Amino acid sequence: MEPNARKITSLRVEHITKRFPGVLACNDISLSVAEGEVLALVGENGAGKTTLMNILMGLYRPDEGRILINGEEVVFRSPNDAFAAGLGMVHQQYMLVANMTVLENIALGFTQAWSPLKLNLDMVRARIDEVAAKYGLAVDPDAFVWQLSVGEQQRVELVKTLCLGARFLILDEPTSALTPQETDELILLLKRMTSKLSIVFISHKLHEVKNLSDKVTILRHGSVVFEGSTADHSSGDIAALMTGREIHLPRNEAPTCEGNPALEIRGLKVRSDRGFLAVDGLDLSVCAGEIVGLAGVSGNGQRELAEAINGLRKVEGGEILLFGQELANRSPRAVIDAGMGYIPEERNTEGIVPSFSMKENFILKDADEAQFSARSFLRLKEIDRNAEALRTEFDIRSPDTKVAAGSLSGGNIQKVILAREISRKPRFLIAVYPTRGLDMGAAEFIHKRLLEKRLEGIGILLISEELEEILDLSDRVAVIFKGRIIDTLDRRSADSRKIGILMAGVHNDEAV
Amino acid sequence: MTKQFKALYKTVVILLAAAAAMLLGALILWTIGADVTKTYSVIILEPLKNKIQIGEVLIRAIPLTIIALGISVAYRSGIINIGAEGQMAMGILAATAVALALPGLPKYALLPLAMIAGTLGGAAWGFIPGILKAKLHVSELLSTVMLNYIAAQFYTFCLRGPMLDPAEITMGSGTPQSMRLTKAIWLDRLVPGTRIHTGVYIALAMAFIIWLLLWRTSWGYKMRAAGASERAARYGGIGVAGYLVVAMMISGAFAGLAGAVEIAGVHRRAIEGITGGYGFSGIVVALFGGLHPAGIIPASFFFGLLIVGADMTQRMVGVPANMVLVLQGIIILVIVATRMVLANPYLMERVWRRYQKLTRRDKEA
Repeated sequence: MEPNARKITSLRVEHITKRFPGVLACNDISLSVAEGEVLALVGENGAGKTTLMNILMGLYRPDEGRILINGEEVVFRSPNDAFAAGLGMVHQQYMLVANMTVLENIALGFTQAWSPLKLNLDMVRARIDEVAAKYGLAVDPDAFVWQLSVGEQQRVELVKTLCLGARFLILDEPTSALTPQETDELILLLKRMTSKLSIVFISHKLHEVKNLSDKVTILRHGSVVFEGSTADHSSGDIAALMTGREIHLPRNEAPTCEGNPALEIRGLKVRSDRGFLAVDGLDLSVCAGEIVGLAGVSGNGQRELAEAINGLRKVEGGEILLFGQELANRSPRAVIDAGMGYIPEERNTEGIVPSFSMKENFILKDADEAQFSARSFLRLKEIDRNAEALRTEFDIRSPDTKVAAGSLSGGNIQKVILAREISRKPRFLIAVYPTRGLDMGAAEFIHKRLLEKRLEGIGILLISEELEEILDLSDRVAVIFKGRIIDTLDRRSADSRKIGILMAGVHNDEAV
Repeated sequence: MTKQFKALYKTVVILLAAAAAMLLGALILWTIGADVTKTYSVIILEPLKNKIQIGEVLIRAIPLTIIALGISVAYRSGIINIGAEGQMAMGILAATAVALALPGLPKYALLPLAMIAGTLGGAAWGFIPGILKAKLHVSELLSTVMLNYIAAQFYTFCLRGPMLDPAEITMGSGTPQSMRLTKAIWLDRLVPGTRIHTGVYIALAMAFIIWLLLWRTSWGYKMRAAGASERAARYGGIGVAGYLVVAMMISGAFAGLAGAVEIAGVHRRAIEGITGGYGFSGIVVALFGGLHPAGIIPASFFFGLLIVGADMTQRMVGVPANMVLVLQGIIILVIVATRMVLANPYLMERVWRRYQKLTRRDKEA
């Protein structure tokens, strides 16, 4: 720890108001966090949570209101000021340099290790080891960030913030990328850490809020609508306060389908970016009208599997059959034309062209279709009409369809992708982490749509780390571990404990 | 933040940037002992004083426009073409070769043929870096620059060897140039007393074609998608590698066409130094024009003005023409810096806070 590290015994935010053009992002918000306390900040997307945290981190300055640390007013002119005061934030979107190693990324902010001519990497390494040992957060300092799964990157972010000496943690949806086990571990870890620091964390997941926090503050449309002790309120109460209505995540209650196999994968082998076999002899089949949930700790071959099926990664061996048609090592175009729909893991960079308008993104896969172009000339009116129809149907919130897709919120970006993939009338759908980081309202919407597609007889491979999502939607649950399906469970016999054990790589037979 | 404030902020930033560029330029001119105000007035006003000078500006804007259009296609497709110089040279050679080989053809046949030859010559030279990038991931920066050298040497070789004017051999002066090309390849002059030629129409037509291609066709859509986000384009089933090659060929084709237009409209024979940096200025024009035809046309005119102005400062105020290149460099740096300032919301936010404080104080006072 830095020598000048003063403990933060209280953080108070008083009457913060922040306006953006046409939007009142924060309206007279006050909250306080005492020593060793965990405050959960809950609210739907766009409720003002992130703006408030950006104010705390010195990225924005409030129009009105003030911030007090240990009873003294502080003014943050830049993130550096907030950081010097001991506030550390782990953002929802990772602030890592992809083509540098973990060690180098952490060294970037580790000023003690800098000298004019030399970067003391050993010192950084020692610091990482220290933090890793102290908090049980294992990272490989020599791995390149681009090689890491999203979950691993999040861990690096956490380690980075701690390495740099944060004494008060702000976590923006820290578990959105983690597996259930990792989430439980993280929650335990964060609980242990409260002996040394206080935490504000933003989350959509109410069971985490219940598990971890002492106090909860609920924001809606920029205002505090509720604050109180977590223990006194049920998840249901909090959910209702958050959205202003009752939320019921839909469940797959339809009888198990007996359709024909739609997607069959046999002995699939795919290499990861690092060159090892990330998918190593994987067998999987999904019937028409069936949802198979693929559960697993991220980094066990899910990304490689999804990319291989969609023609985005070379297949080293085995076969992928879609209604009997071989897809292994075909071009992405050929896979799309075979009727495959794909909701990719990286919605911001892969699922959309961020600088393109929403309407342009709707035709990403279909620019050559007769519906949207005639003799190579784009049919602009039809593109507009289609975009407007999809925007209404999928309730995408934006002023119009000309806005850059990248400027939309995560939930709306996911709706754009979902709208495009579903409206293309696929014969099969692969959805990777479809609701990661989305609020409950948006998750509910997406789940409903997926179940509708299932009833229409479309096979869906749902890759997710959220067990609740998998258990709610799947007919069968396949658990992936080190590139193989370790076991497949029927929905009726699956529960989160069983799946959790399998995800850790322990087979049922061995466990007994 | 109010809309008025935003507009005001942008105007002030742009005005400050323009002032900064002028000041920096003035500083340099002052150091070399030039008359600052006179130099500026010569650069900006002299070339517009009469129709001959305006014509000179226009005939430089023509190749700049055509090259910049091609470069914008490559840029928007995610590949950077700094090989326009070489592609233009190959276009000149191809067009000259056609004109020399088929002197008997009538104008309606030879002129289009020569233009097509120039286009194909440039496209072939663009194809090489395109395919190297698509198949072997060779950096296009490296390959285009190297191909510029090769093209330059090949160009000199042709003018001193196979294409050398026979008259030069008999006269013995040995100037490396081709013979005067047949009238059937000449582009007509538009305004008597000036050198403005029908290449203006070609440039304008090309600008329209590029606009159509990029924003109105599915090809252009896919090229732009490949350039804007390669990953998303691949995901969307767009053959990114193929479009890189196509984009580079289009880019080369335009540079080649610019070369063909230049000899048919201005020089009427292949001589050394025709390309004269058009290939590089074309990059600046493309970026300055926002990679859009509607911006490229005025940008070309502006850079044509600078080129002619540079000549005139040399003659009229004794400031070396190379100094104008320095000014050009300053302008580019200022534009890049201005764009970054305008794209920084935090800075705008901070200025807004200051502004609010000031206005509040005013009200109180």
